[in-house]
Amino acid sequence: MAEDAKSPAKKGSTRREFLRNSGLTVGGVVLGGALGSLLGGKEQVATHDVAPAPQLTVNPAEALQFFTPDQYRLTQAAAERIYPKDDHGPGAMELNAAIYIDHQLASPWGINSKEYMAAPFFEAEETQGSQIRILRKDLFLLGLKALDAYSQKQYDNPFIDLEPEQQDQVLTDFSDGKVPNISGVKSPLFFSLLRTLTIEGVYADPLYGGNKNMEGWAMRKYPGSRMAYVKEIQQDEFVELPPQGLNSHMGH
Amino acid sequence: MATKLPKVPVVVVGMGWAGGIVSAELTKAGIPVVGLERGKDRKTSDYLMAHDELRYQHREELMQDLSKETITHRNNEKMRALPMRDYGTFIVGDGVGGAGSHWNGQTYRFLPYDFEIKSMTDEKYGPGKLGADYPIQDWGLTYDEMEPYYDTFEKMAGISGETVESYGKRSNPYPTGPMLKTPIMKMFEEATKNLSYTPYVLPSANLSEAYENPDGISRGACQYCAFCENFGCEYGAKADPAVTVIPVAKDTGQLDLRTHSNVTEILNDGTKATGVLYIDMITGEEFEQPAEVVVVTSYVFNNVRLLLNSGLGKPYDSKSNTGVIGKNYAYQVSSASSMMFFEDQEFNLYGGAGALGIEIPEYVGDNFDHSDLKFIHGAGIRVTQYGNRPIANNVVPKGTPAWGAEFKSQSIKYSNSFFPVKSQGASMPYRYNYLDLDPTYKDAYGKPLLRMTFDYTEHDRELVKYISQKTHEIAEEIGADIIDTNDTQNDFNVNKDTNTHNTGGVIMGTDPETSAVNTYLQMWDADNVFVVGASAFPHNSSFNPTGTLGALSYRAAEGIQRYLDEGGSLV
Repeated sequence: MAEDAKSPAKKGSTRREFLRNSGLTVGGVVLGGALGSLLGGKEQVATHDVAPAPQLTVNPAEALQFFTPDQYRLTQAAAERIYPKDDHGPGAMELNAAIYIDHQLASPWGINSKEYMAAPFFEAEETQGSQIRILRKDLFLLGLKALDAYSQKQYDNPFIDLEPEQQDQVLTDFSDGKVPNISGVKSPLFFSLLRTLTIEGVYADPLYGGNKNMEGWAMRKYPGSRMAYVKEIQQDEFVELPPQGLNSHMGH
Repeated sequence: MATKLPKVPVVVVGMGWAGGIVSAELTKAGIPVVGLERGKDRKTSDYLMAHDELRYQHREELMQDLSKETITHRNNEKMRALPMRDYGTFIVGDGVGGAGSHWNGQTYRFLPYDFEIKSMTDEKYGPGKLGADYPIQDWGLTYDEMEPYYDTFEKMAGISGETVESYGKRSNPYPTGPMLKTPIMKMFEEATKNLSYTPYVLPSANLSEAYENPDGISRGACQYCAFCENFGCEYGAKADPAVTVIPVAKDTGQLDLRTHSNVTEILNDGTKATGVLYIDMITGEEFEQPAEVVVVTSYVFNNVRLLLNSGLGKPYDSKSNTGVIGKNYAYQVSSASSMMFFEDQEFNLYGGAGALGIEIPEYVGDNFDHSDLKFIHGAGIRVTQYGNRPIANNVVPKGTPAWGAEFKSQSIKYSNSFFPVKSQGASMPYRYNYLDLDPTYKDAYGKPLLRMTFDYTEHDRELVKYISQKTHEIAEEIGADIIDTNDTQNDFNVNKDTNTHNTGGVIMGTDPETSAVNTYLQMWDADNVFVVGASAFPHNSSFNPTGTLGALSYRAAEGIQRYLDEGGSLV
């Protein structure tokens, strides 16, 4: 039994040691949630005594790895209807959800690298998950084509030129499976991919290209990635903290 | 051709909680151990970038690569089983620490009732309460025999909690005090006390205070950073084999830990194992590792699959109701819940911990009368605060569309103003719920995948119906503005998130006809093979499985040492 065994020398990393090693303490005081506000942004560069990097005026991630410009604009328009701009704040378009989607489809996830893709593929029961051979990146592009084709058929215009209400109707038909199969795949599967990617694109860490300026998080008062909430979780009043991205942990 | 390596006393297959505990105990006793782990090595400082919801939760960073292997599933024998191509209902860990790295840390003991469920049910309700198709059986040892092992596991992991009078007797209080109480936990506490229940704070491996365990491992307190399940702990606060038992085993100098080493077969002559075959996942080289004792400590699924693919033990056959390997696969039922929305209150739900919550003991085990009910056992009814991450938590009142203007508006409005009274219920074994080998689908090395035949039973559905009413009553007492109660257990769906509490398939007991291993988790059919994990549970309780899995691992470690000294069957 463990307690009868001879205790080896004290080892393992305590939180304090970890914080000290990783530079998250100042004078032995654990900074926790205060870290960002104290060390965040430009002061952090000064503290670390590193020459300032050349300032970029635009976000270099706002560029395309995968979509053609037309596919990008169509994705922007569709994502905006999933998560539209309103009184709460920006929609998917301003939050760069389509940039996020572009980057995801270009990544190993876009080619289903961690999914079981061996044949045979059979029609699945509802309880068995999706059973399709088509890769995500291809399904998404086929879905975009189908969006335009269906819009054309219903309203004589491509999706991007429709009124928001018409766009919503098209998406509803995709979501409800009222649209012809897309290369054998039921339209709700494409719709679900679009919806999932849009939600991820407005709420994932900005390192992935979406959630521009963390405004997706700010809208719902989500503080992003912080080290500790010991104080806040005990309080009855809501404590609103400005969001912080993973980037704030770099250099530690 | 496999390269044959020199023979060792013990080879351990999988380095999660079970493999970590067995390795630590054996190496501390001076016994050399080879630890084979298919995934990578891990340490606390790897997790500085762990607060990444997309990467860890939605892209399953710490989980098994399904392109290499998965399971197939069908709801019943009439269906064709199809592969789980993507993650959905459960997440299977990978790498040093295994599921013990990505778990939430809820660390309960099972009840005295669990270990003697068959005798106690027969005694109180008469034989045949559930019918012949529910093969519930006693575990072969009592809670009192398990108690010292629970105590050891809890001290090693530093479990934080408070004693519950109506549960099994404890020889010691929890090593550390309970976790903090948040406002939503206090709301549940007040409401349930008003209803004459006795709420308690969940036992937690997140660590409420700094703690040094009997092995000399020191860990700091939980910071309630909200990234537990699916994530590794960047503080080392959450008990994880990679920060507790595995460093202890490494420190002895007796553990030869080989990562990226995937065991494909246990070599055996039908009555004894001679070693294992494994593949280096990076180079593709194949090795044979001969050993005196083979300890199988992978997840439930691979424990079963490895035995079946190695021809060890008698496979279960549902038609003749004979054989044992794959029998009594069980899960849990968590559909009974009441979601509450508040118009004018916001809570700091962005903070939390994986084992932060509060629960009542009145509806677990046989703590209530089942005479007029069509089920036995019950559910923990609880409120938890894990920390609401924004991709996963867009909860809206029933009737709200799943996308578009109204969805956005409502999901943002309620983003800090909802929480459920939820439940986690026990799952009884059923004759036609089991694990065997898939006839069609293979893994990346050409070995058959494991096939799961499983659906929720009438028992499970009755339990959900009953427990959901209780969650509704508590929600009403809390006084939410909107309460959406779910009282229906739908068919099991391999793509729908519930939990990873899979059990059974290599169950323990006293009779080789109805169990695969004895109470030291030693195989009846091959006495130098020990199969350790939740695979040994003859049924699944309503509690999270790790506490019991950990306790059984300590008992198995004791058994392995005895076997090395004495040989033969330990019972």
